[in-house]
Amino acid sequence: MAEPFPQPEVTEELVATHGITPEEFARIKEILGRPPTFTELGVFSVMWSEHCSYKNSIALLKTLPRDGENLLAGAGEENAGAVDIGDGLAVVFKIESHNHPSAIEPYQGAATGVGGILRDIFTMGARPIAALNSLRFGPPTNPRVRYLIDGVVRGIGDYGNSFGVPTVAGEVYFDEAYTGNPLVNAMAVGLVKSDRIVSAVAKGAGNPMMIVGSRTGRDGIHGATFASEELSEASESKRPSVQIGDPFTEKLLLEATLEIIDKDLVVGIQDMGAAGITCCSSEMTAKGESGIELHINLVPVRESGMIPYEILLSESQERMMVCVKKGKEDDVRAVFEKWGLDSTIVGYVTDEKMMTVKLNGEVVSQVPSHDLVLGGGAPVYHRETKRPAYMDELATLDFETLDLNRDWNDTLLKMIGSPNLCHKGWVFEQYDYMVRTNTAVGPGSDAAVLRIRKTDRALAMTTDCNARYCYLDPRLGARSAVAEAARNIVCSGGKPMAVTNCLNFGNPYKPEVYYCFSEAVAGMGEACRVFNTPVTGGNVSFYNEDPQRAVFPTPTIGMVGLIEHTDHITSQWFQQAGDKIILLGTTGDDLGGAEYLHVMHRLTRGPVPALDLNAEKNLQDALLTAIQGGMIRSAHDVADGGLAIALTECCISNRDAMLGASVTIDSPVRPDSLLFGESQSRVLISVAAERANAVMTHFNAGGVPAAVIGTVGGDRLIVNQLVNVEIDKLAERYYNAMPEFMEWVGEVPQV
Amino acid sequence: MKVGVVTFPGSNCDYDAYAAIKHVMGEEVEFLWHKSEDLAGSDLVILPGGFSYGDYLRAGAIARFSPILGKVIGFAQSGGLVMGICNGFQVLTEAGLLPGALIRNKSLRFSCKQVYLRVENNQTPYTNACAVGDVLRIPIAHGEGNYYHFDGDIKALEESGRVAFRYVDHTGAVTAEANPNGSLNNIAGIVNEGGNVLGMMPHPERAVESILGSMDGIKVFASVRSALQAYKLVGEK
Repeated sequence: MAEPFPQPEVTEELVATHGITPEEFARIKEILGRPPTFTELGVFSVMWSEHCSYKNSIALLKTLPRDGENLLAGAGEENAGAVDIGDGLAVVFKIESHNHPSAIEPYQGAATGVGGILRDIFTMGARPIAALNSLRFGPPTNPRVRYLIDGVVRGIGDYGNSFGVPTVAGEVYFDEAYTGNPLVNAMAVGLVKSDRIVSAVAKGAGNPMMIVGSRTGRDGIHGATFASEELSEASESKRPSVQIGDPFTEKLLLEATLEIIDKDLVVGIQDMGAAGITCCSSEMTAKGESGIELHINLVPVRESGMIPYEILLSESQERMMVCVKKGKEDDVRAVFEKWGLDSTIVGYVTDEKMMTVKLNGEVVSQVPSHDLVLGGGAPVYHRETKRPAYMDELATLDFETLDLNRDWNDTLLKMIGSPNLCHKGWVFEQYDYMVRTNTAVGPGSDAAVLRIRKTDRALAMTTDCNARYCYLDPRLGARSAVAEAARNIVCSGGKPMAVTNCLNFGNPYKPEVYYCFSEAVAGMGEACRVFNTPVTGGNVSFYNEDPQRAVFPTPTIGMVGLIEHTDHITSQWFQQAGDKIILLGTTGDDLGGAEYLHVMHRLTRGPVPALDLNAEKNLQDALLTAIQGGMIRSAHDVADGGLAIALTECCISNRDAMLGASVTIDSPVRPDSLLFGESQSRVLISVAAERANAVMTHFNAGGVPAAVIGTVGGDRLIVNQLVNVEIDKLAERYYNAMPEFMEWVGEVPQV
Repeated sequence: MKVGVVTFPGSNCDYDAYAAIKHVMGEEVEFLWHKSEDLAGSDLVILPGGFSYGDYLRAGAIARFSPILGKVIGFAQSGGLVMGICNGFQVLTEAGLLPGALIRNKSLRFSCKQVYLRVENNQTPYTNACAVGDVLRIPIAHGEGNYYHFDGDIKALEESGRVAFRYVDHTGAVTAEANPNGSLNNIAGIVNEGGNVLGMMPHPERAVESILGSMDGIKVFASVRSALQAYKLVGEK
């Protein structure tokens, strides 16, 4: 093969620094029938990286339920999953991690995470209608953590705000487990006419391949490989692996892309995310059972002197590869010119099933597309599992050690002002959550709700995962995450439709980590089957470890539900004084894994609350019927922090119209369990007083445990003889805690 | 009335303004592309929210040089109604159609939330459907909305009744807590000397349907409609 530029010799050492194992290297030589060139080594290393190939997870992911009657694009088929919602429309959504970049460069790491997931949505022809994010950090008392929070939130805000997508929901969670390795999971949701969904495919020999959007620079080279190893002190030196975001260009790219799709000029489009040009070229052609001849010298570059290796591996943002219908090149160009963007033909589709890269006519890399990609020649591994020793040690909880001699008012104030339970307005008010004027319920309720224009319907969306549960029991924790997400959708008036997931774990080569991963996948699958919510895709992020520890196993669930009529939209806060409060579900002594143990006793242990999936499904079905029947004024999932926290949120989370409540619960459980225990499958609803009997009859008939526990009204929250506190006092803690954590200077405050 | 909504490449509230005029107000509306030099016979030109040309330099700093803005300036100078919302307000100050400047929020952070505005002057084409002292619930979403001007000029603005809206609490009281961005005198919106050009940071187009949490923004657009009708009556006489 011609060597038109000096390529370094491919030595064993060079192979190792590319993260390629000796076995994988042998396989590469077998595929090529010769040793790879330096350029080809780079191509294999990114495509066979964990990030692109899912080599250590795909076998298990295939066990998840991935079929459903309304699925238009299932897991792994396209840039994102797509579900038919009727009226000729489909909803397209996906969640993805940007953990490693955010750990070392929080602003750009988070911003480009948002940018990447938005491109996944609009490359399918869908206009993004909402963004969500699930964020996990160490304790905010740590100054480095505050730096990360500040950067991540600004990054998400600046990108989404400028792009013009409302950021409507998500989670912000704090635990020591994330101190060195925060998690930044970004989700986007889009709408598209079902017959207009565009595939990520290249086919039809002779069709031109165009790169559109930004020019290619040296940023983000080996980002995919970097994401496939643990964080360490040396990670700081990999800051150049983090890409730089430009939301303005992305906005232009969105408009131009939707315009060329609308004008029917394209065969297929793929976002250039991880592994850039290499990934697009190989995946689009492998999918189309075609090949590509790529002229690397035609790629518009940002700086001179870039070698093919760099151009192929660059992860410069706001670029896409488009397979254009032959003869429509000028039309595509005209659209991109209108939006002030570059569009350049860089190659052509061939019949040869090879990804051939040429520099000034000389071949520099030639690899069969199929052999590079997931589902093709990329390796698939089944890893060893071993149940971690800590699980049995932590599985018990000695209630005798938990002091009951407490001031419960004071305890509630401490709880509601703790990092995980306080109001997150400091975070979400930095996001424009209203742009495009579809947001019916914004951040701060169980799920966000966006109306669908020109219909009577709406979409509910949420992200959830109680990672502490997953740490103590990954299978049950993952089940609970799916159940909670579904419960949040139902509480908002929606029917759960489908799931996208972001699986954040440690190093998969550690058997204990892989045990957690395989258990979590199993638990997720069990729950998704019960709720009829197929997994439409998502992303796996391994190697979330710093030198001290791995993060909690964190299978973040993103769920989207359909609200049949905007009249069904329900929020969590009490609506009217005099309404009756009903608790659905059963309360037990469930303090294991509870937020209360963590905040008040500094314990992370105990049996995770049991979850009966069928009882949960039954409750959700009965609740949705009641909401659709107009019987319910408000509905709120009882989750982290238990009943007392859920009641407090019902009282004060609508700041403009706070309402007290007086509650009496007849229960044999201990006061701490009653107030702060986290028994699953519980929901607090409020109903008009005259409807209370009918509502009780409805739930009794459906076999759902239900009890009228009190009345909305007054300026205090009263629970039995335990709690009696002004809601203004609760609100003061709830709303001021997060700004206090973030604006803190000086001594580290006690949480 | 016929409304033109300017679309800069980075505008992202252009569609919201369009939808409010067309679907809520039931009036004629069309988009005006930033490279165009034709206002398409608009009675009202809206410069919408967003990030006109990315606004990495300074909000609105480049937009003032766009082809459409030349026409908008001429239209405003001849008494035409021009309304800048959020980024549009920033563009109007950069273009010299409104005095003062919008600097970064005092918190140095972007802020999106519902706020309350008090109508300070109802003798403008944008507020005539309100009473002085009316409190409107209309959201903000901006990072650079901190209204600033020199002391003497602020005094002149106040004395000539050119402050249209002020940030207040829900009772209508001007307080420091109700000021979301550090604006001098809690100023949320101002008009030019002729009263025909309005700039406001809050987004009335986001408060036009009950499903969005408020319908108070309708008062602003309804005011424009009745002002235009009044102009036309005068013209016909």
